[in-house]
Amino acid sequence: MSNIVPSIKKRHIMALAESGKRIDGRGLTDMRKLEIRTNVLDKAEGSATVKLGDTYVIAGIKFEIGDPFPDIPNEGVISVNAEFLPLASPTFESGPPDERAIELARIVDRAFRGAKMINTQRLCIIPGKKVWIVWVDIFILDHCGNLIDASALASLCALMTTKMPRTEVIENEVKVLNEYVPLPISNLPITITLAKIGDKLFVDPSLDEEEVMDCRISVAFVEKNGQEHICAMQKGGPGILTPEELMRAVEIAKVKSQELRKIVLSGGE
Amino acid sequence: MGIRKLISEDGLRIDGRRLDEIRPIRFKIGVLKNADGSAYVEWGKTKILVGVYGPREAHPKHLAVPDRCIVQARYHMAPFSVEERKSPAPSRREIELSKVIREALEPAIFVEMFPRTTIDIFAEVLQADGSTRCATISAASLALADAGIPMRDLVSSIAVAKVEDQIVLDVKDEEDKHGSADMPIAIMPSKNVITLIQMDGMLTYEEFKKAFELAKKGCMEVYKKQRETLESYFKEIKVGLENV
Repeated sequence: MSNIVPSIKKRHIMALAESGKRIDGRGLTDMRKLEIRTNVLDKAEGSATVKLGDTYVIAGIKFEIGDPFPDIPNEGVISVNAEFLPLASPTFESGPPDERAIELARIVDRAFRGAKMINTQRLCIIPGKKVWIVWVDIFILDHCGNLIDASALASLCALMTTKMPRTEVIENEVKVLNEYVPLPISNLPITITLAKIGDKLFVDPSLDEEEVMDCRISVAFVEKNGQEHICAMQKGGPGILTPEELMRAVEIAKVKSQELRKIVLSGGE
Repeated sequence: MGIRKLISEDGLRIDGRRLDEIRPIRFKIGVLKNADGSAYVEWGKTKILVGVYGPREAHPKHLAVPDRCIVQARYHMAPFSVEERKSPAPSRREIELSKVIREALEPAIFVEMFPRTTIDIFAEVLQADGSTRCATISAASLALADAGIPMRDLVSSIAVAKVEDQIVLDVKDEEDKHGSADMPIAIMPSKNVITLIQMDGMLTYEEFKKAFELAKKGCMEVYKKQRETLESYFKEIKVGLENV
């Protein structure tokens, strides 16, 4: 009943893909038009919006002084959260983050953590006692497919433009100064998501493609010592991948992440 | 990070295993009376109990789908399963793992055979010593088989990690904490398809390929143990029936 429209759409998408085409006119490995804007908010220490096709995401960064984790007493904390706002899609409801939002935030977080993107030791204020907690809050504003890549990119660009408050410690009292330094960022992890439909892989899936996909695979790459490294990976959705499809996805993601990193470094053009 | 090395000079790990050696794994099937299917696994020091209910009527009803059954999974860690007491409320990690565990098992189930119903999988981690999602998936596929649910294949799962620049099979707690990459995978062994893959940390493409091949080999070993357990369990039932 509810599956008739998607199954017709799926047949159409698969037929087009046979000749390397997609319903929105893209090739299988093309991303949609990307627009990045940074420093869009004054009150946040860092912010960015990303438009990937019609998908629209904003990320804001806030700082808070808190206690370190006992096992890493001299390191600050990065915390990524995602909200699927009810204004972004008829399928989103208000309420605490559901499994989709939690999975998305954890994939974004894992890529940053895996890449050791932020030097968390430099976020330490009083060793063992006080550290900076960097809150990365992702808000989905318009859901038109591939929220993972848009969110990862918005978070990355927001962090790249984040100014960290300077502090002074006088007799174990932390004083936050009205001066800022850039966040200590050492590399730029880029996440690329591919949808699997039939035996084809679609880079940066649109909502239509996501609705009919068998599963998706997200792969994050980071450059370290002049070499590309995988820093996060996640399959999502109830479908299967063959080993060949997985290898192909990783290879495509490697190329696309390098392209995307160049765009980010050139200021989002 | 501790000064203690995770891999010794002669290539042995902290629990004496070789790099490509799995821990002792023991599955048990049919351990719960009420559940339609159940399984228990001891995987090194990791201990997990899985119960399966269904196919049964979906509650609330709007969850039901007209042309297939839905699959629901709950992965939960007992407060006493780890060093420091864990709050029994589901954490973000448990919510994500419940999702990926469900998505790792669903491809194996003939969901189209049971329209409008649900299959519920409940996993309780009683003791955690690494690889709990892999142990859960592997035990849950036995519990599904015990419930008589038609499946395309068993699902076998294991994690590989990069520890001190070496790729190792079947990750234990300390190796996960201090290792530099962790990659759990699940496959349907006789179909050679992947139903779960996750990775965190850093791997080059070559290391990834090596890790993936090692994980596949590990999954085949898990698969062998799963099959042995199933065969001996159903042999017992058969012998029991003959004596009636």
